Amino acid sequence: MKYIDEFRDGALARQIAARIAAEVQPGRRYHFMEFCGGHTHAISRYGITELLPAAVRMVHGPGCPVCVLPIGRIDQAIHLALERGAIVCTYGDTMRVPASRNLSLMKAKARGGDIRMVYSAADALKVARHHPDREVVFFAIGFETTTPPTALVVQQAAREGIANFSVLCCHVLTPAAITHILHSPEVAQYGTVPLDGFVGPAHVSIVIGSAPYEPFAAAYAKPVVIAGFEPLDVMQAILMLVRQVNDGRAEVENEFTRAVTRDGNAAAQAAVADVMEPRSEFEWRGLGLVPTSALKIRERYATFDAERRFDLRYQGVPDHKKCECGAILRGVKRPTDCQLFGTVCTPETPMGSCMVSSEGACAAHYSYGRFRDIPVVAA
Amino acid sequence: MCLALPARVVSLLDAGMAVVDLGGVQKEISVALTPDTRIGDYVIVHVGHAIGQIDPEEAQRTLALFAELAEKETR
Repeated sequence: MKYIDEFRDGALARQIAARIAAEVQPGRRYHFMEFCGGHTHAISRYGITELLPAAVRMVHGPGCPVCVLPIGRIDQAIHLALERGAIVCTYGDTMRVPASRNLSLMKAKARGGDIRMVYSAADALKVARHHPDREVVFFAIGFETTTPPTALVVQQAAREGIANFSVLCCHVLTPAAITHILHSPEVAQYGTVPLDGFVGPAHVSIVIGSAPYEPFAAAYAKPVVIAGFEPLDVMQAILMLVRQVNDGRAEVENEFTRAVTRDGNAAAQAAVADVMEPRSEFEWRGLGLVPTSALKIRERYATFDAERRFDLRYQGVPDHKKCECGAILRGVKRPTDCQLFGTVCTPETPMGSCMVSSEGACAAHYSYGRFRDIPVVAA
Repeated sequence: MCLALPARVVSLLDAGMAVVDLGGVQKEISVALTPDTRIGDYVIVHVGHAIGQIDPEEAQRTLALFAELAEKETR
């Protein structure tokens, strides 16, 4: 397929790898965090780790919206379906996330909750049109990529005067989370992993542009290179990061110029600004409370806000004691450092959120990397 | 979750909708977030919405950069 296949050429990837190896300076350390789950997935799936010299280490970041969704928010969605009789529509990714009382949306559906998987926010509005006698709630999650479609659907519902539709808005913001990793009270608890640069989000940056990372790069003196999700994009971004480290630069560079501009998508930003505003804080699974890191529905669209409509109160719930998702999401630990990994916690029966989505660090390692850990022995 | 794929716009419909072609599969999506989209453009499709457009010249430039790098390595 055009604009995909050309960016997956294995021979070219090896040549970029050779270039990286040639430019890495002896005695220097190159620890880069790929913020996005999409990059984590590409790095595991295409064997990018194997192509990199030992001095370059990729640390997986928290950029997987399913992984950072806290238990308390899924509990709210389950509550709406099981106890308030609402039809809850949601993206397929959220269905298996473990919640309280040994439940998940999938299990709540098995118990009789009317929970429906939708491909797009617009499909949730369709459900509301078809069931005017029922309350229909769209459980909206995701980063800046997924937020504009939610904003559009709220505007549409307002235009049509649909009275039985609301949104449980759990949209989160990328720049706040990147900053939080380097600078938060919990850093003392988890320790912090030394990072020398960031591979910046691909599709999030299409919407917000490259400019929002500039204050971060300057304040923390860390280079950021925005990269596409194809393997050659990731390799090229790593090479650009190595060059920035070598030159002592900390700039925002853009490898994904075919889709990302400095200012982003103005139409998408306008829709989001019309419908939503920042929350003062939001709980992230693994990261705790992060200031101004999420969005809520504005007062003028209050009737479409499920939290107001059903008078929901947020109740935080701690993770399983042995679950290391918190440390893994910060890059402090690797999936294999967790006792639950691959034993009781697998993609079929996830305990922690990093195992739920294929973009989670644990699921990616389980699917593509776990046999790498076993030494090959001659028979 | 942020998965999105480049697809070619085949036709524009009413109310900010369009039909895109993705490797032979056609699908109706919303182009409300990319109001300047024309037939033949490649848009990036995410949860049923075009969230951005591919700039063909920039794509060519990135590919040329890879090729240049490859030439350097094989020389």
